[in-house]
Amino acid sequence: MDHAIKRRSFLKLAGLGGAIYVSGLSGWASAAATAGSAYQDFFFVQLSDTHWGFEGAPNPDAHGTLQKAVKAVNSLEQQPDFIVFTGDLTHTTDDPQERRKRLREFKEIVADLKVKDVRFMPGEHDASLDNGAAYQEFFGKTHYSFEHKGVHFIVLDNVSDPAGSIGEAQLAWLAAELQPLPADANIVVFTHRPLFDLYPQWDWATRDGAKAVELLMPHANVTVFYGHIHQEHHHMTGHIAHHAAKSLIFPLPAPGSQPKRTPLAWDDAYPYRGLGYREIEAEAAPKTDFKIVELPLQKG
Amino acid sequence: MAINNKRRLLLAGAGAGGLAITAAAVIAQTQERVIKVVAKKFDFTPGEIRLKKNQPVTLEFTTLDVVMGFALPEFGLRADILPGTTARIRFTPDKVGQFPFHCDIFCGSGHESMTGTVIVS
Ligand SMILES: [Cu+2]
Repeated sequence: MDHAIKRRSFLKLAGLGGAIYVSGLSGWASAAATAGSAYQDFFFVQLSDTHWGFEGAPNPDAHGTLQKAVKAVNSLEQQPDFIVFTGDLTHTTDDPQERRKRLREFKEIVADLKVKDVRFMPGEHDASLDNGAAYQEFFGKTHYSFEHKGVHFIVLDNVSDPAGSIGEAQLAWLAAELQPLPADANIVVFTHRPLFDLYPQWDWATRDGAKAVELLMPHANVTVFYGHIHQEHHHMTGHIAHHAAKSLIFPLPAPGSQPKRTPLAWDDAYPYRGLGYREIEAEAAPKTDFKIVELPLQKG
Repeated sequence: MAINNKRRLLLAGAGAGGLAITAAAVIAQTQERVIKVVAKKFDFTPGEIRLKKNQPVTLEFTTLDVVMGFALPEFGLRADILPGTTARIRFTPDKVGQFPFHCDIFCGSGHESMTGTVIVS
């Protein structure tokens, strides 16, 4: 696939320069157009852990970062097929009215995204204190599935339970979702917390995540994208790849790298360092292959 | 120490009554350390729990406000702490070192910093 190769080599070059990542996409876009409809390639954008409502030293621009991310995604020359937010849309509050206010404001801000196909899910900050009640008023179901160009997307909720379990009912739903799919179906799972024990010492796990992984195991093509840990991370459980995305509010330390999981400090010399979002390019044939491109948030 | 004296008296009395086995069990129990841990948003007190290797201990948890969780992953231990009740974990640390524990039931903004350390020497 010529266009994919061109795109990848561009991104590689851009990575070396470390600055501009958008302008060269036009070449890819026109190449994709000439490639015709033979390919079902597409790409989507993952944003995570925006924590709208957070205030504090780890991000002095807490009121502006989400809008900046919206602007950055809107300015991508080639717009994604859809956008997914993998949880912690808002920062938690004990006040149910304030929680709704934050969810409403978040929804208003992201309504400015050019792409209107936006998928949401809660993080523990949105949903754990009221088992997802307020979240559902604004964004509907906390677990669901959808199809896109031959890929089966499954959104799992491992946060509405404050103990971080998926729960038997949802696991039964997952089993029923998977049951009719062929063994080689292209499956992508979105979650907030990791499904595997990344670092249980910091609660970076899902209490019954192993049960979900076990259900997914018989399927040959499964990829999981998640948030929660506010940094890029990649891990395999058997043949299943798990990819954590950066946050849009503050970065967290690498698992176990310091005694406490306190946010990494904001550095005026490198504003927005460690924050960002990602593009995921799905190459359909012969089996879906995901190319992940991490994009930074930048000053300006 | 007064308590030890009392224990010895208890042992002597029990032994005299022909209940040596029961008395030994009582001794084992009464000598065992009990450490009370109080949870509240977003803190465990004490935040440092000092234990001795191979010495059994019972941790007793209460919470002053909401439901909390205590998790000590490196020993595979956890407990739910419900308001108005006492949760107990009895275990014998079998390794030396510093082991983090944390609240594993989301309890609000600050939950992430609700952590502490078990120090086994
Ligand atoms: Cu989180």
